[in-house]
Amino acid sequence: MLNKKIAFAITFAALSSSVWAGCGIDGGRVSIVGNEFPAIQAVGSAAAECAGGGVEVTKNLTADHQKINVQGMTGNPAEYTTAIIANSSIVALMVDDVIRPLDDLVAKHGQDIQKHQLVTVDGNIMAVAFMANAQHLVFRADILAEAGLNPPTTYEEMLVAAAIIRDMGLMQNPVGGAYKAGWNIAEEFVNMYIGHGGEFFEPGTAKVSINNQAGVDALHMMKALSHFMNPDYLTHDSNATSAEWKAGNVAIMNMWGSRVGPLKSDEVAAEVASNTDIAGPMTVGGGSIPAATLWWDGWTVAKNISDEDAEATFLAMKHAVRPEMLNDETSLLAVWLIKGYEPTTASRGVVAAAQMGTKPYPMVSYQGLLHSALGAEIIDFMMGKEDAATALADVEAAYTAAAKEKGYL
Amino acid sequence: MKHKTFFWFFLPTAMAMFLFIALPLLSVVSQSFHVPHDKVLITVENCDPFGCTSQTQIDHTLTQELYEAEPLGQWAGLGIYFDRGHLAIKEVGEMWRGSSDLGDFFSTLKNLPFYRAMGFTLTFTFVVTPFVILVGFLIALAVNSLHQRLKGLMIFFSLLPMIVTPLIGSLIMFWMIDSRGIIGTGLQVLLDNPDLSLKASTGLTWVTLIIYGIWHSAPFAFIVFYAGLQTVPKETLESAMIDGATRLQQIMHVVIPHLVPLVAFVALMQLMDNFRVFEPIIGFNAEAHATSLSWIIYNDLGGETRLLSSAATTSVLTIIGVSILLAPVLVRTWREFNPKG
Repeated sequence: MLNKKIAFAITFAALSSSVWAGCGIDGGRVSIVGNEFPAIQAVGSAAAECAGGGVEVTKNLTADHQKINVQGMTGNPAEYTTAIIANSSIVALMVDDVIRPLDDLVAKHGQDIQKHQLVTVDGNIMAVAFMANAQHLVFRADILAEAGLNPPTTYEEMLVAAAIIRDMGLMQNPVGGAYKAGWNIAEEFVNMYIGHGGEFFEPGTAKVSINNQAGVDALHMMKALSHFMNPDYLTHDSNATSAEWKAGNVAIMNMWGSRVGPLKSDEVAAEVASNTDIAGPMTVGGGSIPAATLWWDGWTVAKNISDEDAEATFLAMKHAVRPEMLNDETSLLAVWLIKGYEPTTASRGVVAAAQMGTKPYPMVSYQGLLHSALGAEIIDFMMGKEDAATALADVEAAYTAAAKEKGYL
Repeated sequence: MKHKTFFWFFLPTAMAMFLFIALPLLSVVSQSFHVPHDKVLITVENCDPFGCTSQTQIDHTLTQELYEAEPLGQWAGLGIYFDRGHLAIKEVGEMWRGSSDLGDFFSTLKNLPFYRAMGFTLTFTFVVTPFVILVGFLIALAVNSLHQRLKGLMIFFSLLPMIVTPLIGSLIMFWMIDSRGIIGTGLQVLLDNPDLSLKASTGLTWVTLIIYGIWHSAPFAFIVFYAGLQTVPKETLESAMIDGATRLQQIMHVVIPHLVPLVAFVALMQLMDNFRVFEPIIGFNAEAHATSLSWIIYNDLGGETRLLSSAATTSVLTIIGVSILLAPVLVRTWREFNPKG
């Protein structure tokens, strides 16, 4: 038994050292900070394979990554040599100027990285994207069939479907949505406003302009949807909405592609799991652009580290998202942007979102301020305490105060 | 004590107070008077997996130069204090002129984040504090009259709400009052109203938070009063009994006068704690209906773009608020200890 263990340990050590050799790193420090959902865990573990022989790999994957990544990369040398971020969170790193352009490293080592994975800002490569995400329609095939409905392609159809399902007594609150006050409801507004063809800022400036017809229409659609939601909807984030879905209380919802997998897992009642199906995002108000946003997740390299560490980090992260990391298990975790990825059934919604011309979430440094202002100020409208124009005027005022403080206006 | 001895005796304390109280305070106050430099914006071409767009970005070299010249940022004076996110002097003025009567004025005032937060914070503070004192006192009396053997057990159970971490305690309650939770469903059946949702109505959310606040803090008042009850002079109580005083009369005329200094202490602690109400708002996901100054600070620091000056300003306003609340109690205590002054 002991012999077996030793043999196993030796084989394992040999294996891991051969893997390390595969990363092609001579030495250096790799330290990763990022979010913690399964796809990113897989990337982190793959990067950790490069540890050994003078290469040190540590990772800190946490839902609170945004609260620590800027500080952790500000020092010199930076604590984290790479941050895994999304299109909304890269701006915080760029505002504080803590990530370096990757052009030289891409030229030297980036042969396997596909061109569309490179995120460029003003011509400089600032990040390498490895996965895409979007919100799209999730529906219960059995309930829609019973009500004699097709999956809705517009939010107007969703309202009609919800009314029919309620009238038939199939479900009391058939619509789901992550409408929790704060980040979530602001994200839904961003989706709905883009779907109505709205622009958030006056071109070339940080001056907000959302108090317009598109903004009012977006709010009214959200309110109409909320009448078909669980009355506690202002406390429901994506987790709570998923729980409602798993409990069989919801038939149609707009949900993150990355969250569909768990809805079909073994722990969910078979009736719900087997009938959970997905389709592309919906449009609204006769528009052609979906009322949704596209997101990418990618990795960056810190500015305040030695060239050796930067190169080691680049190679380790490149190794983490190399085509060979795709297998039956990891393919299902995300819509990978990696070469050789074949879309699975679980990725249909996100792929459809990309094909329909869904806009990416704006990569603008002051968008976060607007997002916070939206999350706090449109609640009064949703609760019926204010009309839409007043709520939007409040959002603009709150944003303007914050943007002035940050020096954008 | 000689002055020299006193100096060396007090020095470590003074150092600690300077390092851990005075310096951070100074830093917060100075931060609240400064804002970041104006960002130099340029329009650039950004490309990501979904295509290229031209977007506005910050010009780092130019912005960096501004920072090197003045690392603290721009002097803003009281600018942040008066902006819409805080005291909102301009907006309040407009509302005052635009509203027909006082009621109308106060209802429009709730639209501003600072006053919305103050509305809930003050209601919470002034409802929870007296109830905590009352409930804590009643529990102390009840436990004190128990048989000796039961006392230890009852003290342990009475302290449980305080032992549970506020965030966890409020999360547990949050799930219980969900419309599908045990209390939520129970209330729906009891009141025969299937649409009743404690989380969807502002009023009911406030009630929930206040009840939670009392539940959580009552043990603190209880343990203080219970300790106080052990020091009530037996002779006075016995002579009151001999005089034929009922239990109620004994409590009113002997016990309560004895415990009054403790009431001041509990009130002081509770006013301070309740003014900083925070965890229940997070635990109950109640930010749609109720916010507090502490929650505003948390929100400013937690977003994708941190509002440091705003958070510093709200912190200073919190300190001022606590000082105003505590002033009457502090003045009283000071008078008691300095009868001549």
